[in-house]
Amino acid sequence: VTDALVWHRFQFAFTIVYHYLFPQLTMGLALLIPIMKWLGLRPGGEAWNDAARFWIRIFGLNFAMGVATGIPMEFQFGTNWAAFSRFAGGVIGQTLAMEGMFAFFLESSFLALLVWGEKRLGPRRHFLVSLALFAGSWLSGYFIVCTNAFMQHPVGHELVDGTLRLADFGAFLLNPWAIAQYLHTMTAAVVTGAFVVAGVGAFYALSGRFPKPAALFLRVGVIAGLLASVAAAFPTGDWQAKLVARHQPVALAAMEGRFVTEAGAPLTLMGQPDVAGRRLDNPIEMPGILSILAHGSTHEVVRGLDQFPVHDWPDNIELLYYAFHIMAGLGTIFIAVMAGAAVLLARGRLVTTRPMLWSLLLAAPFPYVANIAGWMTAELGRQPWLVYGILRTAEGASPTVHAGATLFTLIGFCGLYALLSVLFAALVGRELAHGPAPAGAIGTHR
Amino acid sequence: MIALWFAIASLTVTLYVVLDGFDLGAGALHLFAARTDAERRQVLAAIGPFWDGNEVWLLATGGILFVAFPAVLAAALSGFYLAIIMVVWCLILRGIAIEFRSHVADRLWRSAWDAVFAIASTLLCVFLGAALGNLLRGVPLDASGYFALTLFTDWSARSPVGILDWYTVLVGLFALAALAGHGGAWLAHRTTGSVQARSRRLARALLTAVAALWIPVTAATGFVNRDFGRALGARPIVWIGGGIALAGLVTAIRDLAPGRGMRPGRAFLGSCAFLSGLLIATAAGSWPVMLRSVGDRTLSITAPGAAASPAGLRAALGWWLLAFPLAIGYLVLLLRLHRGKADAAADGEGY
Repeated sequence: VTDALVWHRFQFAFTIVYHYLFPQLTMGLALLIPIMKWLGLRPGGEAWNDAARFWIRIFGLNFAMGVATGIPMEFQFGTNWAAFSRFAGGVIGQTLAMEGMFAFFLESSFLALLVWGEKRLGPRRHFLVSLALFAGSWLSGYFIVCTNAFMQHPVGHELVDGTLRLADFGAFLLNPWAIAQYLHTMTAAVVTGAFVVAGVGAFYALSGRFPKPAALFLRVGVIAGLLASVAAAFPTGDWQAKLVARHQPVALAAMEGRFVTEAGAPLTLMGQPDVAGRRLDNPIEMPGILSILAHGSTHEVVRGLDQFPVHDWPDNIELLYYAFHIMAGLGTIFIAVMAGAAVLLARGRLVTTRPMLWSLLLAAPFPYVANIAGWMTAELGRQPWLVYGILRTAEGASPTVHAGATLFTLIGFCGLYALLSVLFAALVGRELAHGPAPAGAIGTHR
Repeated sequence: MIALWFAIASLTVTLYVVLDGFDLGAGALHLFAARTDAERRQVLAAIGPFWDGNEVWLLATGGILFVAFPAVLAAALSGFYLAIIMVVWCLILRGIAIEFRSHVADRLWRSAWDAVFAIASTLLCVFLGAALGNLLRGVPLDASGYFALTLFTDWSARSPVGILDWYTVLVGLFALAALAGHGGAWLAHRTTGSVQARSRRLARALLTAVAALWIPVTAATGFVNRDFGRALGARPIVWIGGGIALAGLVTAIRDLAPGRGMRPGRAFLGSCAFLSGLLIATAAGSWPVMLRSVGDRTLSITAPGAAASPAGLRAALGWWLLAFPLAIGYLVLLLRLHRGKADAAADGEGY
């Protein structure tokens, strides 16, 4: 079972990372599409409605991929993590079941109406359908984050006869960790949505095609992108960091490469953790800042890894450290890019400033990297625990599934997802080539 | 409370089989009932708005087991590991086939997805039946509450068992015939012209085969699972379920008769009643066992043995009573919005 554990972890990590390429965009677009539809309801707003129609087609393709790659996530709790499911099902089963009953039915019932129903429904009802998709996908996000928050910071439970039981449903549902992590995750999803919308706008503006929609995409993308990039760092990222400092101090020490406990701890901007040598090589640091971020004052003590037994350290400190720094570094760059674009937008010069358009185009993939790196920070920082402080990851895997079976299915997922990636890229490429079009002119492209 | 959750789990499975059953069955008939692109788009238009919501009932079933009977979810999904992952791959490919097919108006592209859709749907029908067969026959549970099954052993349905043996394959084929007939009845109800004519003929033939197989399959079940055989005679709900199923099947076959006797809407409802009655009878006959041990009967996982804590079940009942009417409400709304015959949409405006 021990070496099966490695493949169970790889498979979950691979399938969840691949899956999360899609929901982060659909959750972001789920907010931006109703905004465009709403602007399109006003007299003379037809151009906004055309913009929304284009993004609904992109949304539909991404949503289909999200649904398809989400199925194995649900099943893997039972197939690969049976001991964990049996141990914690009485608690986390609540939110996972609620996601299906409250969110998936809502989303799946209205998706076809959003994608195909504009003519049948008329503008107002179509707008309402886009709100239903927004509600469904953001609700779904909460239930999943709440499930993860319980694994990060268990509350509302009791341990009886070797299994977890629900003790306080309200405390479990309103876990402070869930609220902070949800706000941070959702603003980050809006960052992805906004950068993609702005990036496509920049692409059309640079290539001189579809100038009117390009201007609208840039406008909505840059405004939403600036607001969301700032909110992802402050206040939501800050809340999240303070919770990690308080409840997972060993994870914070590993994220920052703090091997030694000190007062007035510096924030590491760069450097390479040397775990064997218990030190950080070539650091570039800002003195006192980590103490402020973690505890609110430059004099506070930040506990280093030296304060914790090695068997409670996250088991891949290097990856955790780099994932966190990539996320935080990219997040800072996003604010700078969007602030620059917003200044040009306000002056009416964005569409003609080619270097800025190029920056927006080339920046579009990076929110995906930042989102994935953020989740890697959360999940690697949680190690070696599956339920923090209660159940170790090694104790959660299925006892009867051996390494060969899991490796076989992991390779199968790799192959299947490679195929899906090619198909998805081809179809999205066709949509981008075809571009936004007025009602009626859009069809199946030949 | 535990019996109530057993009933809720049975209800959710039944809704899954009845609802996703019609689009899986339509998929199994896709290549036979519809030949040209226009005809195949009629099939897809008939299930397009519904299939995704229908499939959510499967995830809802998983969710109900997770929250109410975590030990059953843990043992069953890990015990059938490879089979479950293959089901997942079929579900992924099938969903992608339905959603991607319409995006490109190319003959080869569409034919390829038609084949993926039909094959994945057919396999899923057989898998669902074989899964039910495995639950009825029993699995090699050990004292820790887990098991692992190979794909097949000597096909004998006696220890050591595999996932496939003569009995589980029989139930798999029975399920394929029943679900394909069910899907055919839906297509006869929702389509027109030659798709409707072919669907009606296929559905009638398949449901007639189901009627012929029903008694042998039931006898085989009583043979591999003596407890179930005894429960068949002793429990009134089993007889009520069986009666509903019989009435439903007779109605479906009669109302799929050619010519003026054809009432495909009623035939579909009859087929719904058949599947529901059968599953109610199966659940009632199995209670309280959820995962039957094929060897030592005392190792079987029962509903009381697997249930979550009373506080957890109470909390879940609270939100379930709100969520269930909502889910049914969306379905009713969809059925109202898409009532009547499903015409293949103009290219680019539908599936």
